[in-house]
Amino acid sequence: MYNPPDYYQIDELLTDEHKIIRESVREWVNRRIIPVIDDYAQRHEFPEYIIKEMGELGALGPYIPEKYGGAGMDQIAYGVIMTELERGDSAIRSAASVQSSLVMYPIYAFGDEKQRMKYLPKLATGEMVGAFGLTEPNHGSDPGSMTTRFEDKGDYYLLNGAKMWITNAPICDIAVVWAKDESGKVRGLILERGMEGFTTPETYKKWSLRASATGELVFDNVKVPKENMLPNIKGLKGPLMCLNSARYGIAWGVIGAAMDCYDTALRYSLERKQFGKPVASFQLQQKKLAEMLTEITKMQLMAWRLGTLRNEDRATPAQISMAKRNNVEHTLKIARESRQILGAMGITGDFPIMRHMMNLESVITYEGTHDIHLLITGHDITGIPAFE
Amino acid sequence: MKILVLISNVPDTTTKIRFTGDNTAFDTSGVQWIINPWDELALTRAVELKEAGAVEKVVVANVGEKITEPTLRKALAVGADEAIRVDTEPKDSYFVAKQLAQVAKDFDIILAGIEASDYNGSAVGGMLAEILDIASVSAVSGLNIENGELSVNRDIDGGSQVLSINTPVVLIVQKGIAKEPRIPAMRGIMMARKKPLNVVPAVDAEPRTKFVKFELPPPKAACKMVDEDNAKELIRLLHEEAKVI
Repeated sequence: MYNPPDYYQIDELLTDEHKIIRESVREWVNRRIIPVIDDYAQRHEFPEYIIKEMGELGALGPYIPEKYGGAGMDQIAYGVIMTELERGDSAIRSAASVQSSLVMYPIYAFGDEKQRMKYLPKLATGEMVGAFGLTEPNHGSDPGSMTTRFEDKGDYYLLNGAKMWITNAPICDIAVVWAKDESGKVRGLILERGMEGFTTPETYKKWSLRASATGELVFDNVKVPKENMLPNIKGLKGPLMCLNSARYGIAWGVIGAAMDCYDTALRYSLERKQFGKPVASFQLQQKKLAEMLTEITKMQLMAWRLGTLRNEDRATPAQISMAKRNNVEHTLKIARESRQILGAMGITGDFPIMRHMMNLESVITYEGTHDIHLLITGHDITGIPAFE
Repeated sequence: MKILVLISNVPDTTTKIRFTGDNTAFDTSGVQWIINPWDELALTRAVELKEAGAVEKVVVANVGEKITEPTLRKALAVGADEAIRVDTEPKDSYFVAKQLAQVAKDFDIILAGIEASDYNGSAVGGMLAEILDIASVSAVSGLNIENGELSVNRDIDGGSQVLSINTPVVLIVQKGIAKEPRIPAMRGIMMARKKPLNVVPAVDAEPRTKFVKFELPPPKAACKMVDEDNAKELIRLLHEEAKVI
């Protein structure tokens, strides 16, 4: 029975409504993810049914206004949802993150009313799946050098290029794609499945996020209707604003994976006996558990405070970057330490730890690598960019 | 047709039970509260019937102090239209039934969970029917309404029974009334904000019982592991130590 820690009574910082939200998502994860997720991950398969179910639950775009099919919730509610989903698996949280922060958010924030009404309600229910194309085969941490381009052909835009490492790509109905116009300015286009020349080959043989559908977005002379351009944003600021929202969700999300690992390791250490007593009796195991709980508590406080700042629209990109980097790094460490506490059992699919650990190797890389996030903080405190 | 669902606010089933006041009261510190699981199933069925168009309104009622409001909000998020809280500490089944009687008069169907998972009293539903002077049916595991006619399933020894019954009626429901409790969706949770939660004062009623003392069950003995190829030893232990065979 999952018993997540709350060492500093952080629950008292949440509203009753946040707790009902958490309870709902946790129960859904208990029923629909926990019993099957290891199997899906072992088979390298995405549980496709979850998209519609997450839509019914309201976990897709929860902060989007009700008018567009969202629930009109605050940022803490979004965070709480992400935590519970990632307790199930980072692949589940990733699917929801992409749909919410990288597809619904830009359409809501940068789209016109017609685009909002056309896509958002269907994305909210999960009737439509979205993907987000920024990273390219040769341009990851340096998206400004992207080579995907489009030309204005009068009646339409002609798009060429390719995007890689795209969550939801193989199953997406639409994709928000960032590409350069003839003057080199980055713009956002909404691609729809079925447009001629638009394909989404799947990426196989992953050792991480195995229950996530990852792929490429390939554009070979795709004619994109002009009405599919996001009118209200120009430049890299657009995709970076989307990433702010997604990174914020990750900062909350990974706490779920961390708590699952800690909870599993704590219970195991109290039950598993060696030398005639529970392994929790040994100092080295206690050190691991104590450090894990300390980091979880710090992560919880960081995420909560960041949420209150975001609710007031005061969180800076650098603050969000710090929380994403810190929380993922410590969650990955917690997964590794928990694995050690479980000994050989820790490597099996009978426990969630190894799956979380492998997932987190992606999470520490996507949405800005760990190293890039260090440089974002470095830039923020010194004023000197060290990216190049 | 209007349904009233009685909601008991109980500790989460994983709560570590402790007592205070020389073992005369339950220690509520740090407890997570939930809707009593049987009441949650009853509510789920009531909401299903409303969605199917067989019922116009679903109201939930609880006897409790302000700490029970999150539980009622959750019931509203699941789909109830309105909540009533009778503002007093619930003392015993009779006391609770008396409080509920004042708010339960105008309903066609009253659903009560077969018991509450805290004190397992199993008495409020029956007492309420008696106080209201209306019929009650116990151990109900199915409820259907067609053209305003109620059809009720009961599990009986070795089979099941189907009853047709007139309203108003108290149905005391058990597992089976709904498949599984409904998880409130985010939109439901937001809508619950705007739904009425009415607080009504308690009426005078004397409890008929009082808590004298609580005792925890004796701790479970350690589990003994027997090798799979040593069935004889297992039989010996079951026979001589556990004395179950």
